[in-house]
Amino acid sequence: MKTRIQPAVYFASAAGLFGVAAVAGILIGSTTLSWETVLRVLGMHLFWFSGEGVSEAEDVIVWTIRLPRVLVAALSGASLAAAGASMQGLFRNPLAEPSVVGVSAGAGLGAVIAFVTGLVSQSALWLPLCSFVIALVTLIGVYSLSTRSGRTPIAALLLAGIAVGSFLTALSSLLISVNFVDWQVAAEMLYWMMGGLDNRSWVHVWIALPFTLIGGALTIWFARDLDLMLTGEEVSASLGVDVQALKRSVLAAAALLTASSVAVSGILGFVGLVVPHIVRLILGPSHRILLPASMVTGAAFLIGCDILARTIYVPTEIRLGVVTAAIGAPFFLWLLHARRRELGAA
Amino acid sequence: MSVLELSSAAYAVGGKRIVENLDIRIESGRITAVVGPNGAGKSTVLRLLAGLPAPTDGRAMLAGKDLGVFTRRELARRVTYIPQDAAPDVAFTVRECVGMGRYCHRRRFEAETDRDIKAIEVALRITDTRHLVDRWLNELSGGEKQRVMLARGLATESEYLLLDEPTANLDINHALSLLDLCGELAAAGRAVVLALHDLNSVLRVADVVYVLSGGRLSASGKPGEVLTANLLERVFRVKAEFAVVGDDNMLRFERRNGR
Repeated sequence: MKTRIQPAVYFASAAGLFGVAAVAGILIGSTTLSWETVLRVLGMHLFWFSGEGVSEAEDVIVWTIRLPRVLVAALSGASLAAAGASMQGLFRNPLAEPSVVGVSAGAGLGAVIAFVTGLVSQSALWLPLCSFVIALVTLIGVYSLSTRSGRTPIAALLLAGIAVGSFLTALSSLLISVNFVDWQVAAEMLYWMMGGLDNRSWVHVWIALPFTLIGGALTIWFARDLDLMLTGEEVSASLGVDVQALKRSVLAAAALLTASSVAVSGILGFVGLVVPHIVRLILGPSHRILLPASMVTGAAFLIGCDILARTIYVPTEIRLGVVTAAIGAPFFLWLLHARRRELGAA
Repeated sequence: MSVLELSSAAYAVGGKRIVENLDIRIESGRITAVVGPNGAGKSTVLRLLAGLPAPTDGRAMLAGKDLGVFTRRELARRVTYIPQDAAPDVAFTVRECVGMGRYCHRRRFEAETDRDIKAIEVALRITDTRHLVDRWLNELSGGEKQRVMLARGLATESEYLLLDEPTANLDINHALSLLDLCGELAAAGRAVVLALHDLNSVLRVADVVYVLSGGRLSASGKPGEVLTANLLERVFRVKAEFAVVGDDNMLRFERRNGR
């Protein structure tokens, strides 16, 4: 019998969680701030509160250093969650997710290309654009490699994802190693391939924002079509879905979302797997609710992961990609175990 | 009156012809049955009639126009195909699932209109699935799922219903009521196409039967005239004899070698 939580209740709690995570993300760090200071600085910038009692240093820490970092985390989390949820719907495969199918690696390669060709120094926008193009090519490639007559079996998807992802990561490593002239740039790229949010500024927020908004809106636009696709490709077509157009649009949206995240946060594994699955368990598979709910939850989730990355091993920051993998990989194994019959194992 | 038809249609995959030389006319107000041994191409015939895919040779037409000129939405309002294994293991509620049948009538983000709600109600009622509305699809039995898929197809209110083995998972009571339902739909002016294995069901309900063998048409016409012992022996390689049970003419079968 029906036991789902009301979407409104869920959204209210997820938004609350997001708010708490965001304020906590600003509070916590090498200089501890009080939450009054944080709210006062935010109020000063957003609602023209008077800046009384706020020192300049506090203003810089909150508004210039920590808030952009939290916002970048939120955008990346939302993007990866929406990318994962829409890919799982389109592929009708619970393990489809940017890092699992190699699309993150593709977006990473695009970003490395933008670095080594020097495009980045012309405009920071080249980073997400290059990421998007290679991510899209990768996604189309993996999809056509693993899909036969409208079905994408789990095993085929994983094999194609591993092969393509490893190849693209190797290409990235190759490009980094042959361009290993400047230690600092190379270290930056390597760090970035492990995923992380250190030194993020408002520029990164503005880079990611349009991609996240367009990609997210595109997936929600096709929410109803994705619902039908979950019940079978041929029967969706018979009920009126233009399946080819849907595939093109959703693949493009998933690539936009992945690129948005990878360009500003580096490669973060499993976020698009963990978040949509939990939301689906609570709210059910209907994409009109699942997609926006996953985005809000993903944002809060990644802010939380980033807080962990900053505080587990002070004063060193753990790479954010390490934290998401530490949470996501066991979850992935659990899912694989739950679906072992589909893989043909006993 | 519009007609859904295949004209000299063939369908090939990778150079291998699955069906060929098909001339089939589906008219409103009738039940048309498609029969044949496993692999004869019954499902392919239904899929061609639904425009999924287009024939590789010949034509598939609705009201004299190629199916390809219609958008999928336009076609979905006229022709509904319900595949045999269309029962997904997804945690939609039955109500959500049957509501999907209105996809082709609704705009994006538009709420269900009174007409949508009424069509869904009718579909639930006549398929005996109304009591299941709050249940989850993935916890239903095979037969319940099959009836929900039928309800979703009926919710489209389309004129042509193409059902692939609709009785395969049903108990005898629900199977008979499904066949009766098909009769009522045809009497109400809709065209029903059934791919069936059970030839006695064909005798019971069909107005026209097309017999397929190896991807070609072996015979077509009224079931009582077409399904002769001679034809059944040729196509299905079984010995068949007619027996009268009550008011009905029933078929009895035996394997040809008597083993």
